[in-house]
Amino acid sequence: MEKFQTITSTYVPLPIENVDTDQIIPARFLKATTREGFGDNLFADWRYDKEGNPKPDFVLNNPVYSGQVLVAGKNFGSGSSREHAAWAIGGYGFKVVVSSFFADIFRNNALNNGILPVVVSEAFLSELFASSNKNPKATVTVNLQEQTIVNNETGNKESFEINAYKKTCLLEGLDDIDFLLSNKNKIEAFEKQREYSY
Amino acid sequence: MKTLFDKIWDAHVVTTVEDGPTQLYIDRHLCHEVTSPQAFAGLRSRGLKVFRPERTTLTADHNIPTMGQDKPIRDQVSRFQVDTLAKNAADFGLIYYGLNNPKNGIVHVIGPENGYTQPGMTIVCGDSHTSTHGAFGAIAFGIGTSEVEMVLASQCILQTRPKTMRINFEGKLKENVSAKDMALYMISQLTTGGATGYFVEYAGKAVRNLTMEQRMTLCNLSIEMGARGGLVAPDETTFNYIKGREFAPKGEQWEKALAYWQTLKTDEGAVFDKEVTFDVSRIKPMITYGTNPGMGMPIDGTIPQLDEIDEAGKISFEKSLKYMGFEPGEKLEGKPIDYVFLGSCTNGRIEDFRLFTEYVKGKKKADNVTAWLVPGSWKVRKQIEVEGLDKILEEAGFELRQPGCSACLAMNDDKIPAGKYAVSTSNRNFEGRQGPGARTILAGPLVAAAAAVNGKITEP
Ligand code: SF4
Repeated sequence: MEKFQTITSTYVPLPIENVDTDQIIPARFLKATTREGFGDNLFADWRYDKEGNPKPDFVLNNPVYSGQVLVAGKNFGSGSSREHAAWAIGGYGFKVVVSSFFADIFRNNALNNGILPVVVSEAFLSELFASSNKNPKATVTVNLQEQTIVNNETGNKESFEINAYKKTCLLEGLDDIDFLLSNKNKIEAFEKQREYSY
Repeated sequence: MKTLFDKIWDAHVVTTVEDGPTQLYIDRHLCHEVTSPQAFAGLRSRGLKVFRPERTTLTADHNIPTMGQDKPIRDQVSRFQVDTLAKNAADFGLIYYGLNNPKNGIVHVIGPENGYTQPGMTIVCGDSHTSTHGAFGAIAFGIGTSEVEMVLASQCILQTRPKTMRINFEGKLKENVSAKDMALYMISQLTTGGATGYFVEYAGKAVRNLTMEQRMTLCNLSIEMGARGGLVAPDETTFNYIKGREFAPKGEQWEKALAYWQTLKTDEGAVFDKEVTFDVSRIKPMITYGTNPGMGMPIDGTIPQLDEIDEAGKISFEKSLKYMGFEPGEKLEGKPIDYVFLGSCTNGRIEDFRLFTEYVKGKKKADNVTAWLVPGSWKVRKQIEVEGLDKILEEAGFELRQPGCSACLAMNDDKIPAGKYAVSTSNRNFEGRQGPGARTILAGPLVAAAAAVNGKITEP
């Protein structure tokens, strides 16, 4: 995994609540057996019409909005456990997703792919939408080390939570499997001492 | 004093990372073709074997046709995905129930029916409805593909301990109300994100009165309110269901298991982070009107008015109704529909088929309705035939398909056409879930049966 660096970037606003993983990547694109190529189908049904032409009213097709940060409405990533959703978001080029609330599985999947989910207050979130509405080139700065996000239009800043272990993983580009494998002895010891084993 | 969840969780902690997640041991791992290939590829590229192959079971379900399963899968990409699963099973020495295997079926249907699912276990699968297995008093939850790789490599997973919630269902259910209605009611009250961060225990007299299959339906839908999972303390109903199944403990092992399982309940006085109580006698047959499972109402209810929705939610609410072709304040009872889907890991078990059949017996399928009846597994389909339900269904104008996830997620050919209305016993009414543009109305098997016979939404 790539190391996570501090990002200052314009952002793409998606002020819709309960964006589920079926919207992020519809099931018919899940037939692949590799992790690559999902970015092209990110939000496919909102992004393309039946003939596969870009729908001009969808934000990803609006050339004034771009950036490495996606800012979305409350309860982002609910529904299916498909990690393809995280692959699609990462594949498209997003490194950070900002929302006021994330579904659990999506949050884990994002972190396992070096994508940082940033939880902000509802007020901070609506301010971000307002800022990009006024100025599509508005930027945010996300600093993982300090655990802060700044709306550079207004200068407002918020801190966000992340557990220390995951923070280290992201900053150093490590993944959980390395960690688990280094713990084999403990796993074997656990199996031996279990009171009831299936 | 511990909750049931605490007891099972604590019994599986291998170690806890300082300021970080818990390393949890996993007893049972279920795998299917869609969320596993990248995990196996990961193992290969790291040069790893599967750490405890006997704890993983594979089935093909998400991406398979529900007709002509004896022939090669027509869609090449789908075929390749299923073949990849078979190859991974062979290369890594894992049990695999492929197409036409008598034990093949939807991952959350075959786990319980073969006795894989047992009280006190930790169970994971790369599918969010793994919560189904919680019905047996197990900690069961869905995981992503990176986590599938972790489990294959180490039989462990890193998880942050969720908060606990108890949902009590008291009172007596009305005749025509099922576990699905209880669940849709609960989600409509708590919203789709209402249990995010929690693991739920379902308790109360109305839950004790449910059969195992109904408990599975209830636990299945836990994820639709954001919960990590949901469980029910095991009792006689649970033990009777498990006894004698192929992978259930036998003889002396059974006695030992039973003694342990009987300790699996929440201690009196144990405290939950949140507690909610519902009176089930007030629940009517439910339907959804929007594009998430929280947008549910009684079958004779009306869709909320715009001014009843809070400011931040208005854009999503309007978008959702526009997609469904409904108006705020509209009543849906009597509305014509086009498709009926009976199936999925939510309502694709034998009791669901019994309920559906009982209703349609002696009646005729409406001409304007296309009905897809998809058993959750080959065992379910067999049982349907043993009980002669297939004959009754046939006489009523219905045709039985072969098992699989089918129109629940429409990865195969079973797609509801754009703009058409489907009354579905599955679990998600998301935009495009049942096919691009498909409009899903979630309901229980009885409401589905009534819709299939009357051609419109009617109270069963
Ligand atoms: S039936 Fe639907 S919800 Fe259940 S496992 Fe299959 S796709 Fe997932």
